[in-house]
Amino acid sequence: MQTPSFRRSTDDRGFRLGTGFFALLVVLLVAGIFFELYRTSHLSLSKFGLRFWTAKTWDPVSGEFGASPFIWGTLYSSILAMLISTPIALGIAIFLSELSPRRLRTPLAFLTELLAAVPSIVYGLWGVFVLVPIVRKLQVATPAWLKKVPLFSGPPLGVGMLSAGLILAVMVIPFTSSVAREVLKAVPASQREAAYALGATRWEAILAALRFGRTGIIGAVILGFGRAVGETMAVTMVIGNNPQISWSLYAPQYSMASVIANEFTEAADNLYLSALIEIGLVLFVITVIINAISRLLIWSVTREVKARASKPVPTIAYAAPTGGGK
Amino acid sequence: MNRTRRRKALSGLVVFLCGAAVVLALVPLFFVFGYVIQRGFSSLNWNFFTKMPKPVGETGGGMANAMLGTVYLILVAGAFAIPVGVIAGVYLSEYGKKSFGSLVRFTADVLNGVPSIVIGIFAYGLAVLPVKHFSALAGGLALGFMMIPIITRTTEELLNLVPGTLREGALALGATRARAAFSVMVPAALPGIMTGVLVALARIAGETAPLLFTAFNNRFMTTSLLQPISSLPVQIYTYAVSPYEDWHRQAWAGALVLVGFVFTFSVLARVVTRRLERMHRT
Amino acid sequence: MTETVVSEMETRAGSPLPQGEPASVPATAPAIPSMAGRRIRMESTRLNFHYGPKQALWDISLQIPEKTVTAFIGPSGCGKSTFLRCLNRMNDIIPDTRVEGDVLLDGNDVYGPGTDIVDLRRRVGMVFQKSNPFPKSIFENVAYGLKINGLAPRGEMPERVEKALRRAALWDEVKDRLDTSAMGLSGGQQQRLCIARAVAVEPEVLLMDEPCSALDPIATGKVEELIHELKRDFTIVIVTHNMQQAARVSEFTAFFMLGRLVEHDRTEKLFTNPGQKITEDYITGRFG
Repeated sequence: MQTPSFRRSTDDRGFRLGTGFFALLVVLLVAGIFFELYRTSHLSLSKFGLRFWTAKTWDPVSGEFGASPFIWGTLYSSILAMLISTPIALGIAIFLSELSPRRLRTPLAFLTELLAAVPSIVYGLWGVFVLVPIVRKLQVATPAWLKKVPLFSGPPLGVGMLSAGLILAVMVIPFTSSVAREVLKAVPASQREAAYALGATRWEAILAALRFGRTGIIGAVILGFGRAVGETMAVTMVIGNNPQISWSLYAPQYSMASVIANEFTEAADNLYLSALIEIGLVLFVITVIINAISRLLIWSVTREVKARASKPVPTIAYAAPTGGGK
Repeated sequence: MNRTRRRKALSGLVVFLCGAAVVLALVPLFFVFGYVIQRGFSSLNWNFFTKMPKPVGETGGGMANAMLGTVYLILVAGAFAIPVGVIAGVYLSEYGKKSFGSLVRFTADVLNGVPSIVIGIFAYGLAVLPVKHFSALAGGLALGFMMIPIITRTTEELLNLVPGTLREGALALGATRARAAFSVMVPAALPGIMTGVLVALARIAGETAPLLFTAFNNRFMTTSLLQPISSLPVQIYTYAVSPYEDWHRQAWAGALVLVGFVFTFSVLARVVTRRLERMHRT
Repeated sequence: MTETVVSEMETRAGSPLPQGEPASVPATAPAIPSMAGRRIRMESTRLNFHYGPKQALWDISLQIPEKTVTAFIGPSGCGKSTFLRCLNRMNDIIPDTRVEGDVLLDGNDVYGPGTDIVDLRRRVGMVFQKSNPFPKSIFENVAYGLKINGLAPRGEMPERVEKALRRAALWDEVKDRLDTSAMGLSGGQQQRLCIARAVAVEPEVLLMDEPCSALDPIATGKVEELIHELKRDFTIVIVTHNMQQAARVSEFTAFFMLGRLVEHDRTEKLFTNPGQKITEDYITGRFG
């Protein structure tokens, strides 16, 4: 007598469906965010179309809704932050995973994680009252010939792109470094050993490990970039909130997250609100894409390692301080 | 060989630079902490902890309602986020090897990276727009949505660390799959799950952006879910961007309390975990 | 002997039928005359098992008589553990597995549509190779099965727990520390705790999958003594790679090889005068 494939008792199915429902909620949540944002920004989407993102003037009072200054501000500040923070974050990651004496490792790691635990508003507060005056002094002290360069032109206000970039850099460092550290930990020891066995110096062996994990490291950097793009409060308080497009580090500018934070509750009419939500929608899509790409890159390293080794590989980036902007 | 010397020198330089990077990163940490402690400490007084905000010009106001508001909000958030996150995590560890599990994992990671202000807009559309006023519920929803992916993933990972033979042992005694999961596997992973939850709570306690237009703010104390509610981060923000000196000082004090709270919670979480783990081993 | 003469690797090994008889003869006739007189608790009829596309068990048919110890022996990977796990449907939790044939408990097909798996697993208990006590207290471990199956009102628990621990010869060692964590016991004690936990629910059949392989000789000796005691109340099936152990504790032995049942007979007969040449080779290879 043939019996067909194994049977499950009914409560097994109930358990699977029941818990699966909750898992589905997570997926629905993300889908829901997209659809909800799309729905509530529909007014602005249909009225302005693509012009919204090419127009340069943001003056809701007179009905002008040009959002390109915000994309500019977000990208500029985030890229600036990455330029400053990436070498430092990678240096920390390398130091902690390859170079530091074992006893120092945990306290140092703990301290860098502490950087990530500081709430964004506290960074913002510090930024406004401590960093901005320092930057202002720096701006005042800039020699006249340097001020002619567009990068450094403009009145010494203190608030502006430089302050925003600096504060973002500080906030992103622990994030990138902790993910990079996990990537480096996943690189099998045999890679470094092979290098040493061939007579490599310390740095050359580290390079071998970095080369093995390079996609993951790039993923870590991109993840940090995503974090910077979504950061709200600290940036809002030091960027100057002026919707202009300027190359100058000293010029006050505006980011996507900041304009939403500042103007959402002021938005007097539905069109205004819808425009702000549209900005939020694009911010959402951008961060989703950035996150997806970086996760794929990081995952490809662990998959490579799993394929080569047989021992369990730690799942990356859950030790990392997580999350988008605060 | 000259080349070898150069290589060694380069190696030494890089090692030095990496160490310098660590030091450089710690500078802002001490800088920030230092200022918060210095400026905040002097403004911490009895009034701060017990009084409500006073109108501009009057001194002696406090952030009592903001602090309680934060506690209230994280309780609301946790109330739905913890069960959803844990159960979703259970699903992933029991049945998550297939493609649906990968999809859930992926979206949880993605959700983690969504800026909190966007989550705020979502909660706004969900809970503020239909009823046309701000509420603690909306704020709690926003914060809860942020917690869900963190709890889901940490729960899954910790459950995967529990040896599968425990599940088999329970099944062999006649437990249903559900029973085995909830009466054996989850309790075995509980210390870690609790850490994850506490750390997530600490993180959302410091969030400002998602509350700006959901819970909004409230000069008074409230326990109603349907009223706007004050919270520590929002209050700090409001005071910080105001032109009043007294409010600035209170903002620093608030920042000190907030940092202290987040810090204590994280440390507490680790201590509790270690305690529970030790109990398990005896 | 009514056993068929089986040529090497003949898949109908162990069949109760003389060659040529149609396969429709009811399978409840005991294969080995010495089983007559004992009720057959569990039996399988032409069981085939697949892990996905790979077949692991071919046409296994054997009977387990009541209140005896049956040992499954054979080289690593021969399928004895897989077959054991089919008896209480533990293989169900592995995805992509397929079963053909019947497994009967008291005449009822455990793979039949009306079977309550949960009840099955209470009636057919299992002790695993590596002890797996729950990270709970000793008391809670033993009481677990009772609680979830609703077998004892709260007041009776301590009594039932004590009874089970006595049966596992562990009571004296732990009676003063029932509330301490089970993880604090030694390896041998943990395994006896798992046995206590399994017998607490009063199963009808107790399956033991290499229960002593992770234990030292003294602990092993204790468990074997236990098995002698337990068989008075339970039907026991034990998988073991240690043939001396099989010879010591069991009345019947089944020899598996490459997913097939080669020979199944009284233990003394199998070890002193095996019917198959491969059995003899295997045994003499070990006894040396």
